[in-house]
Parts: sequence; C-alpha cells; structure tokens
Amino acid sequence: MTIDAKTEIKGKERYKAGVLKYAQMGYWDGDYEPKDTDVLALFRITPQEGVDPIEAAAAVAGESSTATWTVVWTDRLTACDSYRAKAYRVDPVPGQEGQYFAYVAYDLILFEEGSIANLTASIIGNVFSFKPLKAARLEDMRFPVAYVKTFRGPPTGLVVERERLDKFGKPLLGATTKPKLGLSGKNYGRVVYEGLKGGLDFMKDDENINSQPFMHWRDRFLYCMEAVNKASAETGEIKGHYLNITAGTMEEMYRRAEFAKELGSVIVMVDLIVGWTAIQSISEWCRQNDMILHMHRAGHGTYTRQKNHGISFRVIAKWLRLAGVDHLHCGTAVGKLEGDPLTVQGYYNVCRETRNGIDLPRGLFFEQDWADLKKVMPVASGGIHAGQMHQLLDLFGDDVVLQFGGGTIGHPMGIQAGATANRVALEAMVLARNEGRDIANEGPEILRQAARWCKPLEAALDTWGNITFNYTSTDTSDFVPTPSLAM
Amino acid sequence: MRITQGCFSFLPDLTDEQISAQIEYCLSREWAIGIEFTDDPHPRNTYWEMWGNPMFDLKDAKGVMMELDECRKLHGGKYIRINAFDDMRGFETVMMSFIVNRPAEEPRIDMVRTDVRSRSQSYSWRVAG
Repeated sequence: MTIDAKTEIKGKERYKAGVLKYAQMGYWDGDYEPKDTDVLALFRITPQEGVDPIEAAAAVAGESSTATWTVVWTDRLTACDSYRAKAYRVDPVPGQEGQYFAYVAYDLILFEEGSIANLTASIIGNVFSFKPLKAARLEDMRFPVAYVKTFRGPPTGLVVERERLDKFGKPLLGATTKPKLGLSGKNYGRVVYEGLKGGLDFMKDDENINSQPFMHWRDRFLYCMEAVNKASAETGEIKGHYLNITAGTMEEMYRRAEFAKELGSVIVMVDLIVGWTAIQSISEWCRQNDMILHMHRAGHGTYTRQKNHGISFRVIAKWLRLAGVDHLHCGTAVGKLEGDPLTVQGYYNVCRETRNGIDLPRGLFFEQDWADLKKVMPVASGGIHAGQMHQLLDLFGDDVVLQFGGGTIGHPMGIQAGATANRVALEAMVLARNEGRDIANEGPEILRQAARWCKPLEAALDTWGNITFNYTSTDTSDFVPTPSLAM
Repeated sequence: MRITQGCFSFLPDLTDEQISAQIEYCLSREWAIGIEFTDDPHPRNTYWEMWGNPMFDLKDAKGVMMELDECRKLHGGKYIRINAFDDMRGFETVMMSFIVNRPAEEPRIDMVRTDVRSRSQSYSWRVAG
C-alpha cells in the first residue's frame, strides 16, 4: 500500500463516484489526538491475507460510524468530517502474528444520551461481519465524563446496598439453589431457608429458573420470602433471595417485579440475555422501588471468551455499569469457569473503582473516570468452596459477593452446615487478614485452625480441600505471562 | 439466640486483645471509630445509641479500648458494637462493624405473619425480650 492509499483525499476528488480506500475517505488519521470528549474504542483485528492493517483499522472506524462501501455525494450536505470515526493508532499484538490493536475515536455527537442500545448499534453494529477482517474483538472502551453523566448507573450501588443490609467489612456470602431445575416451590424454599439460617446473606435463583411446569414463579416467590423472613428472625440479620424476574416480555417482568416488592424482597434478578433496553428499563423500575438489581451474565461466554473475536467482558461490565445494575457476575479465577486472575481483577476494577487507570496486565487500556457513577458489587460464583477462602479474599478484597452453590448445598452434614462452614471460613480469614497475617500463604493453616472448633468447616475441608480447577485460561492479557492458581 | 449481625459473629466472642488488633487495622486505614450500644437487636434497628461521636482524632487503639471499658461499665448488659467510618469520596460510609459485647441472655426475635390476600403474607419481626 502506498502512502497515498493511507492519506485522506480532500475536495472534489474525494466525492467522485466510485470506491475509495477507507483511509482515503478520511477514517485513518495517524496524527489525530483524541479529544477528552471522544468515545474511544480499542479493537483487536485480524485482517485477511493481504489487507493492510491500517486500511483494516480505517474500515472498522468507517463501518462503525458513517461509511458505506462506496462514495456518496450526500456526505457533502453534512459536517461529515465530525461524523467520521478516526482510527488513530495501530499496534501489532505482542506475540500474536497477524493481529493488531486498532484504536478508534468517535465524536460525542454520534451517540444518543443514556442509550446502550444506540451505543452498541454503532460500535458493534456491522463491523464484526466485515469481510476484509477474519476476526475482530472489542477489547476496551473509554467513555468521556460528559457521556457517562447521561446514564443513571446502578440503582442502588454497593455502598448503599451495604447500608441497607447493615453489613460491612467483609464479602457477602451467597449460594445458588440447587438442583437448579425440578424442585417444587415448597422444596425450593427449604433450600433457601437452610442456607440463610446457616449463615449466608443471600440465596439465589439460577439463570434458567423462570416459571416452568415444575414450579410457577408465584409459588417460588411466596415460599422463598417465607424462608427469607424466617431466617432473618432466627439470626437478627437482613437477608435476601435474588428472585429471578426474567420473562418473555417486559410486561411480565414488571408483573413479577411488583410481586417481589409486595412480598418485601430487597433484591430482584435478571439475566443478561434479556437485552440492553430491557436492562435499562428494569433498572429504572428498581431505582423507583428501592430494589437491588442482580445481573446474571447468562450467555456472555458465547462472545467474550475467545480472544480473537467478540467482545471482552470488561466492555460488557462497563456497559452494565452505565446501564445500571447493582450486582454483576465477574468470575472467580479459582472456580470452575473461565477466568485468568489478572483479567478477572480488571473486571472487578471496572465495577468498583471511581477511576480506572491504564493497567495492561489487567486488560485496561484506557483511563476511565466514572464521574461518581455508583459502584457495582461484583459476584464470584461457580465452583468455589471454603478451602479457597484465602485466595478469594486475597484476589478480590471485601466488596464482592462470594457464592458457594455446590459448596453449600453439597455439604456432607447438610445445607445449614455448608453455609456455616463458609461463614466461619470467611470470618476467620477476614479476622486474620486484619490482624496482619499473610493469608495468601497462611490461609490453609488459618482454615485448619478454625476447623478445630468448627466441625462443619472441618467436613468441608475434608470433602473439597483438594479440589482445584487448574486449566489454562483462554482470555488472558497479551502483556504478561499468566500463571494459573494452584492451592 | 445468638444475633449474628456484624463481621465476626460466627467466631467465638473476641478477646480484648483481638478487638484491639481489629481497631489497629481500622486506624491504620484512617477510619474513625465509633462505639454504639442497644438493647434492641431488631434487624432494622439502624440507629443504636452512640457512646459519644465517632473518635475522629483518636489514633491509638488503647484510647478506644478505654472508651469501650467505660461503655461496658454502664451498658454491659446490652449489645455494644464498634463501627469504623471512612470519609473517602466514593465510600463515606461504615467500612466495618462488629459486636464486642452481648447481653448474658440474648432475646428471641419472632417473625409475625399478617394475611394480605390469598397466600400472600406481610412479614414483620418483633424482638420478644
């Protein structure tokens, strides 16, 4: 490709009918300095053989803003230069031949305020199917403060959630009711009661518990709230059950949300697969009704896991913080599901920090000022157990919900004992950490000490103490070697 | 019944040495310590009585322990908790809270059901005393 192919053509020549390179149409500008008010996106692109990476980046900028495949004279009726996204930097991905990081800047005028649907229709609308690219992945985004301020963010936020629950200074504990399908409402509520009475703060519906033939949603809600309130009376603590209100229509979701409110639930839940507009709508409802909104990221693995194509979960987390959820499943690093520890910490930082700095090992490519938007409480769920408590606390700190589903309900001495084992393990670990002990190394010993006076913890450690899920992660940073976590 | 509010209620009651270590931890993070007491452990009883204002200028755990001793002398038959407040922007809330004193016999909390309609119940809690 000659220099000319990468240089914007201006004036009359630019609008002659025909096909130009995207770079020639003005979608590449290597000298462009992004404005503070620009939306920035970083794509990982894999151009087809023979396609110049700069032209490919320009094509991404073009197809995610104003361009079509050919020149159109109607551009000249508009201040078209400001509508053209600008690819302004292209770097080879370290150690990944044929892949490039393409940075693209978008003027703020391209986006409707407060609409994730509009944002995503632009940024991921067309480009991922574009033929000259073998693959593309949206790695990260930066939103200017002016744009962040058009979103209302989490309806509750983690600070207010803690105040409502009156729980401070340690992670919250939860568990997903198992088996996730087949229990009747009455049996299901039993599991909820046992878990909460045993010491958990929350129990949870799973992503695919809605209103199937074995359990109507109203039955589930009624039995679960009986369980929640009874467990609160037995312990003196505020407790909750994430009532999954995901349904086929918004009308039905609102109906279920209203019933949850009537019964005094502190929290409702939806799945990511309900879609961005539904999420923003239910967030609005939660804000109006003092309700914590739990988000299960069901389905995300279809597009977040593979490094060469799709969307990084850190971008999904950013969109969800803007859209407004209070809880978000962000991975465990040590459990059964995909997640490299540093990459997962990057998601947690997106949820919890007031400002993200650039942090390449954790996958954060941009500085992001959240402009006092409330913080999201991350949730660690999936194949974790009491024996990993030191690792979980060390990796994620206090502001997280640790969810032990199998690790509670599968306890050999019963569900209450399972819950108690987790609660004792957690409190012993927090106490030890605050006393200045090195929990990452002394963790197993601290747990064994507590197990001496707590039989349920002893049984949990004997059952699961050696269970680890040491598989190589798929989605890792390109900037550091990534060790897996063993006990 | 044992009320399990606060950070460490599932552990054996903390010794003064353990309490002091937790206070050191809070002070090292520049949190201000407040002491509060109540005889009403209702889950929604947010406002326990304050044993004075949070001790914003106290940097020594010994000072807090002396205050706690004084509080215990007068309110040893009640619940006493230690709260730690952070003034950092983005938090500005309680960062830690744990019970350091309990009545010899803790009250029971009853769940009260009120019929709403059909099977729906309105739930409330009552401290039985």
